[in-house]
Amino acid sequence: MGITAKNFIASYTKPESLITEEYPEEKPKLPENNRNFPFLVFDDDPDAGLRCVSCKICERECPPQCIYIVQERDENGRPVKQPKVFDIDISVCMSCQICVEVCPFDAIKMDQEYELSSLDRFDPLIHDRQRLSKSNEYYHSIHPAEAAAVDAVLAEKAARKAGNKKAADNES
Amino acid sequence: MNPPSETGSPSPNPAESPRYRTAGYDSDAQLLEVSLGPQHPSTHGVFRMNVALDGEDVVKLKPVFGYLHRNHEQIAEQVSYLGSMPYTDRLDYFCSLSNNWAYAAAVEKLAGIDVPERAEYIRVITSELTRLVNHTSFLGFMLSDMGAWGTVLMYAFREREKILDLFESLTGSRMMGNYMRFGGCRCDLPPGWLEQARKVVDGYPAFLDEMESLIATNEIVISRTQRIGRLPADKAVNGSMTGPCLRASGVNYDIRKVDRYGIYDRFEFRVPLGDHGDCYDRLMIRFLEMRETLKILRPALRDIPEGPVMDPKARQRNLRPPEGEAYARVEAPKGELGFYLISDASDKPYRYRVRPPSLINLTLLEDLCLGEKIADVMVILGTIDIVLGEVDR
Ligand code: SF4
Ligand code: SF4
Repeated sequence: MGITAKNFIASYTKPESLITEEYPEEKPKLPENNRNFPFLVFDDDPDAGLRCVSCKICERECPPQCIYIVQERDENGRPVKQPKVFDIDISVCMSCQICVEVCPFDAIKMDQEYELSSLDRFDPLIHDRQRLSKSNEYYHSIHPAEAAAVDAVLAEKAARKAGNKKAADNES
Repeated sequence: MNPPSETGSPSPNPAESPRYRTAGYDSDAQLLEVSLGPQHPSTHGVFRMNVALDGEDVVKLKPVFGYLHRNHEQIAEQVSYLGSMPYTDRLDYFCSLSNNWAYAAAVEKLAGIDVPERAEYIRVITSELTRLVNHTSFLGFMLSDMGAWGTVLMYAFREREKILDLFESLTGSRMMGNYMRFGGCRCDLPPGWLEQARKVVDGYPAFLDEMESLIATNEIVISRTQRIGRLPADKAVNGSMTGPCLRASGVNYDIRKVDRYGIYDRFEFRVPLGDHGDCYDRLMIRFLEMRETLKILRPALRDIPEGPVMDPKARQRNLRPPEGEAYARVEAPKGELGFYLISDASDKPYRYRVRPPSLINLTLLEDLCLGEKIADVMVILGTIDIVLGEVDR
């Protein structure tokens, strides 16, 4: 009884006991590692800058198989390194982050958006390419440390590629 | 001349009273069958018990499970080795990190992968924190099964929330960690995590003292748990019970001590044992275990070395372990959790089998409940500490 009374009083007075967050008015600050559903990163242009090259590794590795990708083709029917369709069924996705880990191009990352309820059970829960594409700046804003590391790796890769190209040019 | 007994029965010999005559159960004419669950608030999920009652006494109890069956083992045989890691979170969703460890250990045994030292420490720390989470919420649920709705559960959840915050900042998710990988852990600890964890661990004894003074000498708790649901040691061993329930019956069997897997041989801790194997012992042994867990956590948080958290040679994707089989087990908070894998050198396990502690502990439920009152069945079920995600898989 004494303990209950102590806790009851503390729950009004002591700041460390005032732990309830008044959710819609007050939003929790999510830790950087928090993950929810995946999104696609684009660099400058939401269409051409999409990092995804449609290699379909994530589609194959996703444990509940909730990613659906169709590769873009140019007018001659040759495949282009862009996804034409990139759908994620977030009613199936279990936020496991395996797609993020297996993607060799750092194209897919975990989002922190959690207000995703919809009135319909089907279509609004299938997020298409347009809805999934988000800018690199947004990625920086939710996972600053991770995004900086990814940028460094990508810059290094680009530099190496440029170096190789230069070397090849010099040789010829 | 015999004085009439309290119940008004004319015969002093209880064996002749009508009540006990039905206890032969050859005729169920006077038995009442009750189907408890599956949507019963105290069954900890969708679990049903078909109980035959004689008055208020349980004479037969048949557990019915499978409502939450998700084909876990068959799914794991269809996806890659890495792909079943997130599914193991969903076995016992209170203890996802222990489950991760057991599965990772099985694959590591199968493929011969080493784990760096820092990762071993992280594994010990996270799975001991998991034990705190599990036992703390067990206490809360246990008390609300006994009718103390809310208050104690909220105290327990308040503490649990601190640890879940730690898990969230480490793994990205409060409950579905999906954190361990073959040959280590997915990512290193975020900055400041260790200090935060130390703070939680240092604050824990005060919470345990508070809880213990609420529970241990509470008259209602004592009268509802002492001498209820006794489980003798031989029966517990015969029924393959493991974990705190087995130790409450006085059997000294803790896989952390028996196998000394991981780096558990570096820590000083004792294995608490019960005397009577009744509900009270099963309840109090959780307190003692939590105190021992703190004894492991403090040195682990102090001594954790710097270094990599992943074996650089370990593959995650397209892992093809050599042909063979492996069984690895850990002391999960609820008992022995084992994973048995057979590899046929492809990228999927040929056979994948889980030994879930909840399910096997649950098989002894009838033995525990026979002869007890129907109201105690809930308490007994509560003390076994089941999670239906693991029972039904
Ligand atoms: S998101 Fe990554 S893994 Fe998936 S198709 Fe695009 S590039 Fe490949
Ligand atoms: S987070 Fe997991 S379930 Fe969701 S799309 Fe990625 S791999 Fe699939």
